[in-house]
Amino acid sequence: MVAESIQAARTVAPPRVRPTLTTVPDAAPTVFDLTDVEVFYGSFRAVRGVTMAIHKNQITAFIGPSGCGKTTVLRAFNRMHDTTPGARVAGKLRYHGVDLYDPEVSAVEVRRRIGMVFQKPNPVPKSIYDNIAFGPRVNGVRERGKLDAIVETSLRSAALWDEVKDRLSASALGLSGGQQQRLCIARTIAVEPEVVLMDEPCSALDPIATARIEELMRELKSRFTIVIVTHNMQQAARVSDRTAFFSTELDSATERRTGTLVEYDATAKIFSNPGDQRTENYITGRFG
Amino acid sequence: MNVAELRAKPSWRSVKSHLMTGLMGLALLVVLAPLVSVLWSISSRGLGIVTSAFPAFFTAEIPQISRAAGPGMGPAIVGTLMVTLGATLVAVPLGVLGAIYLHEYGRAGKFARLVRFMATVMTGVPSIVMGLFVYVMWTLRFGYSAFGGSLALACLMLPIVIASTEQMLRLVPDHLREAAYALGTTKSRTILTVVLPAALPGIVSGSLLAVARAAGETAPLLFALGLGATAYNAHFFDGINTALSQQIFVNATSSFAGAQERAWGAALTLVVLAFSFSVVARVFVHARRR
Repeated sequence: MVAESIQAARTVAPPRVRPTLTTVPDAAPTVFDLTDVEVFYGSFRAVRGVTMAIHKNQITAFIGPSGCGKTTVLRAFNRMHDTTPGARVAGKLRYHGVDLYDPEVSAVEVRRRIGMVFQKPNPVPKSIYDNIAFGPRVNGVRERGKLDAIVETSLRSAALWDEVKDRLSASALGLSGGQQQRLCIARTIAVEPEVVLMDEPCSALDPIATARIEELMRELKSRFTIVIVTHNMQQAARVSDRTAFFSTELDSATERRTGTLVEYDATAKIFSNPGDQRTENYITGRFG
Repeated sequence: MNVAELRAKPSWRSVKSHLMTGLMGLALLVVLAPLVSVLWSISSRGLGIVTSAFPAFFTAEIPQISRAAGPGMGPAIVGTLMVTLGATLVAVPLGVLGAIYLHEYGRAGKFARLVRFMATVMTGVPSIVMGLFVYVMWTLRFGYSAFGGSLALACLMLPIVIASTEQMLRLVPDHLREAAYALGTTKSRTILTVVLPAALPGIVSGSLLAVARAAGETAPLLFALGLGATAYNAHFFDGINTALSQQIFVNATSSFAGAQERAWGAALTLVVLAFSFSVVARVFVHARRR
């Protein structure tokens, strides 16, 4: 009896994630063009074989099991690896045709155009106002009136204005986790980047805060190109236009696991009719 | 079920717990005892001297004949303030900049490791050797001055400031640096606008520790300030000067009761001075945080 019910439970497939049927305009201009990108930490090759194109004003989601290199690839997009000793990016990562790792390219200039929202909300220990004004000030905006306007529009875009307008001079650390993450999004868009990279922006948030951030992403899509790393497949299915599935494979030379891009396609396709067995196994919950 | 069933049962574990708590309380007393007795003896013997000649004790010049009883530590108070302030102005900026280099730029590089090692060695150099060093390098060439004393104290403070500041920079989480980098901030600007403000309270208290240590130093000042100054000398770079710690040494080792009393008064003044330094710094840090 017991054995039978266990058997039955095993054969029932987990419910499929319902894809959102967004049409993906293929004609959207390319922002990033990656050819055989690899990332090394010292002599360890963490990711290999990433070839893909990121399109303008679309949300691209990176999904895959832990340790498959999603975040590692994302951090290569705005040269965040520069701050990690020993990290190195190989292959070609072009941004509007320019190799981001060309010796003439400045990481500072890159990051002004390609902003990032991190997994853990990371407001700096200053006031709410100063957190938003930080980026514009770095870029040379000095006039109080201009800064005030930027702070207000950024906070409005991040759907945070009504909650904080009366306490802009209060410390940002007093906000809730969800508010802090929206503050970080507001801070990122205050410098008017072209691309916003999001590294599991909702993993530290409750479902209500997560829903707000997802809603926000859909609104921001018209103004920014968004790349999001997520552990949550439903989230990828809900918000993204395209999905990249990463996985790990055993490197026969070093006996260590290296992440790689398995499949990259329109989100509707990935979640309804994936081309690769590994993708199918992952999205149906058979591994990972 | 009654309460007795849920009551803690006597066990070896709870006996051990009480025993250890008792031992810790005892350790606290052992640590507090000398501190309290020092403060008690200084204030009980110093307070009478200071109040019996108030405010002359703080303003009058030091009696030229040490046999004479009566007030006067003014020049020593001014000297201590001058020498300590001078040392702070030399050691804190240098030390903070050095620590920024070590932690933010040099990291584990060869040169950074060498500098870090030398700073550690410097911590272990006895203060009298630092005094001798300044005496040979500065005082023999340019004569006695408060500035010489500042140099000697700065040498003592520098390694403390470097070590404590580097420790504080290490405590600034990397995600704050990343937050700034992701907005297109340069490294130097990130350090100035994010890292240093976040580490400021720690840097101030570390520097204060160094100031407190330096303010009470006696040996290096004997070399650099010269002996026998009893009058005010506001010239920072010129002429013999004096300091409270030096006056405590000179007067306490004198065989005259009047001089010994002045030493107690000077000791109390020095303790209060050092204490008020830390209060001021803490108020400053607290105000900056809000």
